[in-house]
Parts: sequence; structure tokens; C-alpha cells
Amino acid sequence: MVRIIAFFVGLGFAGVLLLSFFFNMSDFLRHPPEATAESEFHLEHKHLALASDGPFGKFDRQQLQRGLQVYKEVCSACHSLKLVAFRDLEALGYNEPELKAFAKQWDVADINPENGEPVTRKGTPADHFPPPFPNETAARANNNNALPPDLSLITKAREGGAPYVYSLLTGYRDPKTYRNEKGKPLPAVNQPPQNLHFNPYFANLNLAMPPPLASDGQVTYADGTRSSVDQMAKDVAAFLVWTAEPKLENRHRAGIATLIFLLLATVFGYFAYRQIWAEAKRKVRVTGPLEAKNQAKSRSAKSKQGVKG
Amino acid sequence: MSFHWAKPYEPKHPLARWLDERLPLPRLVYGAIGGGYPVPRNLNYFWNFGVLAGFFLMIQIVTGIVLAMNYFSSVDGAFNSVEHIMRDVNAGWLLRYAHSNGASFFFVAVYIHIFRGLYYGSYKAPRELVWMLGLVIYLLMMATAFMGYVLPWGQMSYWGAQVITGFFSAFPVVGEPMRVFLLGGYAPDQAALTRFFSLHYLLPFVIAGVTILHIWALHIPGSGNPTGVDVKDEKDTLPFHPFYTAKDGWFAGAFLAVYCLFLFFLPNSLGHADNYIPANPMATPAHIVPEWYFWPFYAILRAFTVDFILPAKLWGVLAMFSSILLLFFLTWLDKSPVRSGHYRPIFKRFFWLLVIDVVLLGWMGGSAATPGRIAISQLAAAYYFAHFLIILPLIAKFEKPLPLPNSITESVLHGEKQESAPAGSTPRASTTAA
Repeated sequence: MVRIIAFFVGLGFAGVLLLSFFFNMSDFLRHPPEATAESEFHLEHKHLALASDGPFGKFDRQQLQRGLQVYKEVCSACHSLKLVAFRDLEALGYNEPELKAFAKQWDVADINPENGEPVTRKGTPADHFPPPFPNETAARANNNNALPPDLSLITKAREGGAPYVYSLLTGYRDPKTYRNEKGKPLPAVNQPPQNLHFNPYFANLNLAMPPPLASDGQVTYADGTRSSVDQMAKDVAAFLVWTAEPKLENRHRAGIATLIFLLLATVFGYFAYRQIWAEAKRKVRVTGPLEAKNQAKSRSAKSKQGVKG
Repeated sequence: MSFHWAKPYEPKHPLARWLDERLPLPRLVYGAIGGGYPVPRNLNYFWNFGVLAGFFLMIQIVTGIVLAMNYFSSVDGAFNSVEHIMRDVNAGWLLRYAHSNGASFFFVAVYIHIFRGLYYGSYKAPRELVWMLGLVIYLLMMATAFMGYVLPWGQMSYWGAQVITGFFSAFPVVGEPMRVFLLGGYAPDQAALTRFFSLHYLLPFVIAGVTILHIWALHIPGSGNPTGVDVKDEKDTLPFHPFYTAKDGWFAGAFLAVYCLFLFFLPNSLGHADNYIPANPMATPAHIVPEWYFWPFYAILRAFTVDFILPAKLWGVLAMFSSILLLFFLTWLDKSPVRSGHYRPIFKRFFWLLVIDVVLLGWMGGSAATPGRIAISQLAAAYYFAHFLIILPLIAKFEKPLPLPNSITESVLHGEKQESAPAGSTPRASTTAA
């Protein structure tokens, strides 16, 4: 009974699925999907090698400091970095007086402890990076109704991570003259609308953010590194890897130690297992009539006596 | 319970004797996973994954309890509290990554465990209840994992909750009120988040309880084995301790090393980038995808595109639930008296076809729905149902199984490499027995 019911249930599901398949296929053949501008012009992110890559990766602190400078002088005009506190910057190699001085350069919203009136005061290491706009509405109002995302987690919140951020920052092209790998120019209908900017690394090609890193030397690096657009994009991408995953180095270190421990434990465990089982294997080894040579003997004895089998 | 040659527990230390007379807990453990549980001597490494699954349940419970000490189940605070754990809590990143990757590896272990059961006929008499209790655990795991994924309140959390609770609205009349009742509102919000957190904390202990029943039910007939032949005498078995504790021990180390590779070096590779964006009810992600362990079912859900008598969505939801529920009936669907797939030449081929089919479904379920991928999932889903509901009963009827070995010991004598070779074959290694 179960099998009869099952047969019909199975037939039902499989039948409806095959029916769906045929409708789906005939629909597909009658209206083949057209190539979209995204499918023709969207590019996979470029390759970016950072010091933090790989199982032994460590942050390049000099680069993180440069990236912080790019964030402070360029990105922070529109993008918040809410999850990072000034005290966290100690990990970038700053000492306490430097941290205090850095925090002091930022105005933080607070209330007057006497009368509760809203005031702004100088930042302290305990404060988080203050957002550039007090709320989402203000952020949109100042950015043609687009909302600049918080950057704290951006390298983890986008497919492609830091290489994607780097590609996006260096990927702006002139839509009028741009040609894809096949040499095809961007059709007139796909030209970016007003206030949007063409960038083939962005999912739908048109980005509300104008090119933030417009020219070489936009930031004057404190460590004297030449600040090409490419360099600035790399540095800020590296910095944003740190903001998204500040404990990356601890993770790598702990990972190596844990794996060494586990591999040793596994190897010792394996030898213990072999030793324990050696006994069991001895026990199961046949002696007596089942042993192959004894079986052969008994066979030959039987055949001598003329017994079959 | 178990076999008459099982070694009885004999406490040596006076304190152990004293305890045994009052609360025989060590006796229980000794009989369950100690020297007092005789296990077939020919188990292969596929028999390691039950213990491993239990191990991961413990990892999940321990890391989860500590995470809950720092987590804040509010729609305004949940996302930031997870980041607080990642940044400010001592070793918080380790706890969180251990928990999120632990869920994935729990499913890896359980999936291998389930397919082991499918191949070696673990659902057949006398282990039907072991199998069914296992399925109950699996269903509880799915519910727990889904609710756990909602807790960080990222974009995928929110939209995943939206889509999955939306399944209920496919049912006519009662569906929509049921969805609203489950969510505590018309869309996932504070009420949903708090109850998901509460249930996510509760269900693992229910899983632990059902696991005890699962092991209890297993210990009545004893473990199965790759030949599927019943244990005949003491020679066929070894005590669980030290033999299988040693085997499980080193293998657990190796499996944990793979888990740690992900935990420490690819912690986000099994997740989705969108879940690092705080939940936003106003912005739908381009592709809503569940976690990888749900992909085959997601593919089945999306495969129904035709309103045939019932709406396509209802077909999809019914099929998705049925795809798991049908496993409860396996004992009656596959009536072949031979347990092990080793001795079932036709069954064996269809089994591997099923494995490929499920992997294919998973792949399709995990990628964006294009007409081509939907078409593949339609064929693959059709095979899934046909396999269990039509093909398995027919194989059982028409297949001529290979001859079985007379006993487990005889099969072991073929040599270690061919522990479960058919009795009729003349394995290479047979001479090594001499």
C-alpha cells in the first residue's frame, strides 16, 4: 500500500516537474533571453595582492596608516566608519599621544553635561569615528538621494572584497569612449543618466559616487610615498580590510598554532589507533582449518580419497 | 540490550563501586560508549561520522552559549552586537567563526552520515527507529540553523526569514494566518527575532535529547556494518573502547583540522557577503540564497514553475517538505532483504546517480536562477522523487543481489582492503590471511 501511494506521489511530483521543464524550455526557445548591458559590459574585479592575504598574512602597518589618511581626507566626507573607534587605531602602530591628537581632529556630537543641550566636542580615543551626516535622510539629501554605505565592513559585505573595492576606485571610465574587450562601445541607451557615473566594475555599471580619487597627489602621504591614484586605491582597500577584520592577524596566528596542534594530535592518535588495532588484527587472523594452506591440504587430501568438493 | 558477551561493568575502585550502587552513571557510559558495547569489527570510515556529528553538536552548544552572553536580540542592536563580539569581546571572533563554520561542518558530518545510511541500508529492520529519530534530528537541525542564520540580522538573515516563512503562505486559507502567527507580525521584525533567538537556544537541547534516543535505539540491535550481515558471535565484534574510541579519535583530529582550515583561514567562504550589510526591509538583495546546506531543497522549491491544478508555489513547498518526509518511509519503499549496497549491483548504480543528482541540485540551488539552471533543477528534482518513490521499490522487486558472506569474520578474512567484498569474488588479498 505504501509503495502504491508512493508510486503515484512520485509520478505526480516528477510529472509536474517534467511539465514545468517543457513549458520552461519552450518559453526559453521562443523568447531567448537578450544580452543585457550588464552582461556585456560588467567586469570581474582586478587582481590585488595585499600583505594580509594568505594563511601567514599580516597587515602592512605603513600601508594601513596611508589608507587611514586616504579615508580621512577623501572618503570620510561622505562615508561613515561607525564600527571603528579611535582607540582601535593603536593596532596601526600609533602610540597613545598620537591617538589622542588624531581623535582631537574630529568633532563628535554630544550633549552638554550641565544642561543637556546638543553640542559638539573634540574626539577622544574612546569615541568611534563620527558619521559625516547625522542621519540617513541628511546623507541622501546631500548625495543626490544616494546613500553612501558605511565602510567599516565593506570588504566583507561585497563579493570580491578588497580587490573589488580597489577595482571600483580605479575603474571609472568615460562612457562616451569606453569599449569592452570585444571592442564594442556602450550603446546610447545605456549611457549613464544624470548624476550617475559609469564604472564597469559596479554591478549595474552606473554608480552614484563620482570618482573619489580623481588625480595623482590628491593626498600628500605623511610617509612620503608617491600618491598615485592606484597607490591610494590600494592603500585604502588595505585599510578597509583591517576595519572589516581587525583581528585578522590573531586569527592567522591562532590558526597556525591550532593546525600544528591538531596535526600532531592526529598523527599520535593514528599511531595509537594502529597499535590498538594490531591486537584485533592478530586475533582475527585464521589459524586452524580455515587457514589457506590447511584448506589446500584438506582439499588435496579429499581429492586423494576421491571425495568431490 | 546488546549482545550477551558484552563485558559487564566491573568497578574496581571502592569509590566507583560506591557510586555504582547509588547512581550507576559510569555503568551507563561504559555500556553506551565504553568497553561494554560490542561493535562489528569491520566498520569502515563512513561509520565515524555519527560520533563526529555529536562532537559538532557539543561545539555548537558550547560556543553558542558563550555567544549568547554577548549577543543582543534586538532589531537595532543585533547586528552591532555581533560586530561587538568580533571586535571587542576576548576571542569573540574565534567563538563566532567557530559557531558559524561549526554549523556548516555539523551538516557536512550529518550529510555523510545520512548517505552512509542510505547506501548501507541503515533504515532497514531492525534499525527503522534509529533512522527515523535521525531524520527528526536532521529536521530540528534545519530549523535551528535557519533561525541561527537570522540572528545577526543582516540582509540575508532578514530576507531569508522573509522567504522561508513565506513558504507557509503558499497553503490556501490557513497559510497566511499561520505565517503571521509564526512571525508575530506581517514581516520579520522584533517579535520574530526574539522568538527565533529563544527557539535557537532551545532546539539544540531538544536535538541533544533526541540524539540520546537515537543512540539508545541504536544500542538495542547494535551498530550495522558494511556487509549488512548480522553479528553472529563474539568473534564478529570488538568492544567500542578502546578500538573505536581510538579510530574515532584520530579521525576526529583529521576532520577538525579541515574544519579549522575554514575557521581560521576561510571563515566567510561558506557564508554570504550580503549578511555583512545590516537588515534593510526596503532593499531586496539581488540574489536571495540560503546557506549551502539548504541549496538542494531551494532548487526543488524553485523547480516548480507551472500552475498545474495547484499553484506552482504550493507545488514547490509541498515537494520541498515531501523531499525530506519521504525518507521516513524508506523502510517500506525499499523492501530488499539485503541491507548493504555492496551486494546490490543495480541499487549501487542508482545510489551514485542519486548522489550526483543531489550535488547537482545543490549547485543549481546555490546559483542565480536562470532558465537553463531552472531546467536542470527540474530534471534533477524529478529524478530525486522518482528515485525514492518509484525506482527504489522496483529495484527491490527485480534485483538479484550478490551472495552475502556467511559472517562478518569471514568477510574480514578477505583482507582489510576488501573487508566487504562479495563472498563469491576471489579477492587479491585473500592470501594475506595465511
